[in-house]
Amino acid sequence: MQNTIFARNPSVLIFLSLLGLFTLLVTLGAEASGTGIISTSFVKTLGKTLCLCLAALAMDLVWGYCGILSLGHFAFFGLGGYMIGMWLMYERTRDIVAGALADAPIPPTTQEITDAIGTQIFGVVGSNEFPLIWSFADSLILQLAMVVLVPGALALVFGWLAFRSRVTGVYLSILTQAMTLALALYLFQNDSGLRGNNGLSGLQNIPGLDAVPQSVLSVWFFWASALALALGYLLAVFITQGKFGSVIRGIRDDEARVRFLGYPVEVYKLVIFAVTACIAGIAGALYYPQAGIINPAEVAPIASIYLAVWVAIGGRGRLYGAVIGAAFVSLVSSWFTGGQAPDVPLGFYTLKWVDWWLVLLGLSFVLVTLFAPKGLGGLVDLWSNRKSPNRHGADLGPSAGALREQEASE
Amino acid sequence: MNTLLEVSGVSISFDGFKAINNLTFAIGAAEMRAIIGPNGAGKTTFMDIVTGKTKPDEGRVIWGEKGQSLLGLSEARIAREGIGRKFQKPTVFEDQSVQDNLLMALKNKRGPFSVLFYRPSAADLERVEELATTIGLNEQLARKSGELSHGQKQWLEIGMLLAQEPRLLLVDEPAAGMTPQEREHTTAILVEAAKTRAVVVVEHDMEFVRRLDCRVTVLHEGSVLAEGSLDHVTKNPDVIDVYLGR
Amino acid sequence: MLRLIMAGLMLLALPFAVSAQEAPVQALLQDHAEIITKNSRKTIGPAIDAVATSALPQAQEVLQAWQAKEMWLRKSDGLFFKAEKLDGKTYQLTDFDTGLDAGTAQKADLKQIKPNSGIRALIGTALVQFQLSDPDPVRRSAALTSLERDRNAASLTPLRASIDSEADPDLKARKIRLERLLTMAFGESDTARVAAIQSMSGDLGVDVRATLNPIVASTRTAFAGTLPDGVNSAGALIPGSGGFTDADAYALLVDLKLAPAQVSAAEIREALAQNISGARSGGVPVAQLSDPARRLAAYDTLAEGGLVPPRVTPQQQAAAIAAHSYADVYSEPSAQVTDAAQQALKGISTRVAVSQAADLTLDALSLASIYFLAAIGLAITFGVMGVINMAHGEFIMMGAYTGYVVQQIIPNHTLSIIVAIPMAFAVTFAAGVALERLVIRWLYNRPLETLLATFGISIALQQLAKNIFGTQARPLTSPGWLDGAWVVNDVISISYIRIAIFVLALIFLGVFLFIMNRTRLGLETRAVTQNRRMAASMGINPDKVNMLTFGIGSGIAGIAGVAIGLFAKVTSELGSDYIVQSFMTVVVGGVGNIWGTLAGAAMIGFFQKGIEWLNPSNTLAAQTYMIVFIILFIQFRPRGIVALKGRAAGD
Repeated sequence: MQNTIFARNPSVLIFLSLLGLFTLLVTLGAEASGTGIISTSFVKTLGKTLCLCLAALAMDLVWGYCGILSLGHFAFFGLGGYMIGMWLMYERTRDIVAGALADAPIPPTTQEITDAIGTQIFGVVGSNEFPLIWSFADSLILQLAMVVLVPGALALVFGWLAFRSRVTGVYLSILTQAMTLALALYLFQNDSGLRGNNGLSGLQNIPGLDAVPQSVLSVWFFWASALALALGYLLAVFITQGKFGSVIRGIRDDEARVRFLGYPVEVYKLVIFAVTACIAGIAGALYYPQAGIINPAEVAPIASIYLAVWVAIGGRGRLYGAVIGAAFVSLVSSWFTGGQAPDVPLGFYTLKWVDWWLVLLGLSFVLVTLFAPKGLGGLVDLWSNRKSPNRHGADLGPSAGALREQEASE
Repeated sequence: MNTLLEVSGVSISFDGFKAINNLTFAIGAAEMRAIIGPNGAGKTTFMDIVTGKTKPDEGRVIWGEKGQSLLGLSEARIAREGIGRKFQKPTVFEDQSVQDNLLMALKNKRGPFSVLFYRPSAADLERVEELATTIGLNEQLARKSGELSHGQKQWLEIGMLLAQEPRLLLVDEPAAGMTPQEREHTTAILVEAAKTRAVVVVEHDMEFVRRLDCRVTVLHEGSVLAEGSLDHVTKNPDVIDVYLGR
Repeated sequence: MLRLIMAGLMLLALPFAVSAQEAPVQALLQDHAEIITKNSRKTIGPAIDAVATSALPQAQEVLQAWQAKEMWLRKSDGLFFKAEKLDGKTYQLTDFDTGLDAGTAQKADLKQIKPNSGIRALIGTALVQFQLSDPDPVRRSAALTSLERDRNAASLTPLRASIDSEADPDLKARKIRLERLLTMAFGESDTARVAAIQSMSGDLGVDVRATLNPIVASTRTAFAGTLPDGVNSAGALIPGSGGFTDADAYALLVDLKLAPAQVSAAEIREALAQNISGARSGGVPVAQLSDPARRLAAYDTLAEGGLVPPRVTPQQQAAAIAAHSYADVYSEPSAQVTDAAQQALKGISTRVAVSQAADLTLDALSLASIYFLAAIGLAITFGVMGVINMAHGEFIMMGAYTGYVVQQIIPNHTLSIIVAIPMAFAVTFAAGVALERLVIRWLYNRPLETLLATFGISIALQQLAKNIFGTQARPLTSPGWLDGAWVVNDVISISYIRIAIFVLALIFLGVFLFIMNRTRLGLETRAVTQNRRMAASMGINPDKVNMLTFGIGSGIAGIAGVAIGLFAKVTSELGSDYIVQSFMTVVVGGVGNIWGTLAGAAMIGFFQKGIEWLNPSNTLAAQTYMIVFIILFIQFRPRGIVALKGRAAGD
């Protein structure tokens, strides 16, 4: 089966080899291997970028292939981060508390340890009780399962409600945005049980690995992110190949027609929506230990919009497009906002990129939408000179939202 | 003759306008039927009701030997029960190849997991080849269907309909925009299909209907005005009045 | 008179005799010279009373001087004078009785009477009776205000005395009301108090509740044995019923020191830690003490050895609980009064609830009109034209910033608002037209792309606003005549700004209906939206119509921005705070129908206020639940409240 995939898609092999090469180069250049060409913080940035690429891949599956412009996938990403963050924070705090209580004349009871952890974690929101959602925080296995299950379950419930009532197109986008907003507002509350706007912090410290320096940890996480991206890419290729891919692209182009062919469209959408939510959750679970902190602002609707921006700039409807877009935009973005980009003196005014980068991004996004709907991925077409059909300007499907000729040929 | 589909006493109104008014209609298991009628007679709404796109205000839609009601079933479920529909405007998946289009329509399990792990068997590919030959597209299998001509798209859609192996075909204006030769070919495909299953053709073009040589139902203002052979209904004064007299 | 004679007799003993006939004030002061100079709050009472009740015309003057620390004692003869500093160390003396110049004195020869704050407050209370009848209405009013704030039993009599002579009707009403309130709290007899309470029982005023609540204030108390007679309580409490648990009862006993406190887990740990001997505590190896059961066993061992107090057993607890009875005891001894107060409070709380519902309705209405304002521009661009503009929120923000800039140029608030509204319309109209021409025009029938492109615009505009105006909130001040609120009673009130916004929303509704149904542009807009090609073939220029319609929709957003800016802070994120709710309003209401938008705004406004009422501490939660509710609502009415039906709705 693998052979078929590679045979039908030479780009998969190219992508995987490039990713492998990149991983090797970063590993060799990292501080952990002694060369120190790449600083630990930049290894982390690169690792985080790989996670964002994975999230963008999920976004591309759900939007580029299935036509659901979800503005909620970064919320799933954040949820994944919260789930792993709960374990990291709990275990880390337990280590600290156990260390502190070890000096006491009387060995502490289990209850005392739990209370002390609760005070430590929730003191900042004026509580010391463990909320119900932290019930499994002491188990890595269960918390890892929740990384997948919680975003997946939320996506299933929300998707079932939305798809069942045939909400499509921009209405669906607005609804997903509302869902994201509701989640963010919920997390912002102090009594949400997830420390309100303080979020979860200290996630870069992995319990039980105190002896391992951050420079080594960062490389490990980089490897894990690269592996997750590779596996995610293969999964995405597997999904979009063959008949399943045909059906979801059919749903994107003409949902009603697919329905009249006898396919339960809602179920397909639900599967794609939930599976991509799980992928986003995994990406988030790998991202936030590298970032070190997660707070509700990360889940705000604007983050999901940026995810769509990356995919659009990279080129939706093709998997490597999403990866390129996410990598390109997030790296360029951190270059500009990190203050590394030189200011532009205009005589009367000095253009500081820290201030003006978002304006540039917004406008270039408009330009991409208008003039290059295929995004950066379109450059690959120019290079491989793939021919597009000439449909004399007709749209590609009967629905108002279908791809149009101009789009496909540009 | 045993009845495959029985529509009885169906009515539906949109904002007070009665699109279908106490419509009763039945078709046998292997029968060709043409439905004609002026614009707004309720032809498309009738199809919408049968295929589950629109829910009627009242009436019954009974399907098959077991007498199952189609009301309340989803479009996809009705399609899986064996009712295929071809739209007025050719709707094929233009971004995908002719072969993919046909494979998608081919009668197989429709659930997401069986589809995910589906790999076309030799028999399936053979069947696709066969269908492509029937609709005259066997040379075009690898082409993107968006590149086909208008008539070819119509045929591809009919081919997809046949690939579903439905027991009832609902065909909306299959000959629209076709050259005379293409029309002839279309007629042949439909007549062939009607030997093994029920076919309902909605058409404006009398010449085309005449060539189908089948029973004709005339719809007017949401109910049946006349039924019988084409010659019979064209002599009916009511039909002349509403259809030709204006 | 008797007092005067007594004072006169006592005067004989003074070294420098002052005649009570010639100088009654000085005589009075001399009477109490000792406690006045002693300057203690505890003992000063008789001196103040003596002056206040002396019925002397100078009494008020004396008290005021005393309170203002202007009363001095001449050391040479012990007489009291009012003294004012002339220059340096010289003081001008004034005689209290005659009000005449009494010569000057050096500071060294004088002693200032410096009453402490407690005494000054007592003097203030004594002064009230004079001020209540003061010829100056301002001072009468001030006295009433101070009395309202600091009620005391002593003021009741002078207050009553001053009512009849009161000429000002407002002040008279206030006095009568205060008299009732004071009678409720301090009336001479229970009957009078009950009568006062009953007379005020329908009143919604906060002051009435503030008077009644202390009367029914109760303390939870336990008594050994049965409840003693003559205790005014709200009824006996039975442990284990009515929310009063055994644990509560025992905790109460511990609090009242009627039972020994249970040894806490922390105390056990502490005790064990202090009694460690040879890696064992209470006979248990220290290493095993992480087990709570082992800890208890170890502690009990220690207790048997008499090293620590024993734990209270459940049996002991139960016995202690059973040996006592419990009640909420009123601090007010008269059952008659507390019953009447309870009754009155019950009546008031019902009326308060009704008023609160009315107030909530007003609040909800005002929130609904804000949502309506924010959404009406969208109702045009999204509802009628079908163009999804994610930068709509930024147009609202632009309008608000336009208002801010205009206010920087024109300082007069009324004028600046009048100028700002058309300016905001012009600015956002132009921005809307530019957006339509440059971006949206190319994306008609591709809603998802429109959504994305306008996202881009929204990101850019937000950052642009941040670059120009900074991140801190900018004020948009409303004109003075919009300050304040319309007060119906103590519960129902609504600020004028909110009324203005409500009116503005109504005006917009009217304008929208007028444009869409009565003008050529409206007709053409509807024609173009319904069938572009047909409209074009009938001589309508669809490009122009789209451009104008989009411009108007955006312009209205700008005006809404000015209105919203008046009560919300103007920041670059102003728009994004409203955008989701605005879209929800349009979608929930039903796309393409202004009445739907109105219904949507009303529903969301009322629902959000409703949740806030149920859980007032948490507006974030209210918004969360509201969105969840909307998602569920769309399940039942996917096309909104006012839905287009049939084939016209399309798929």
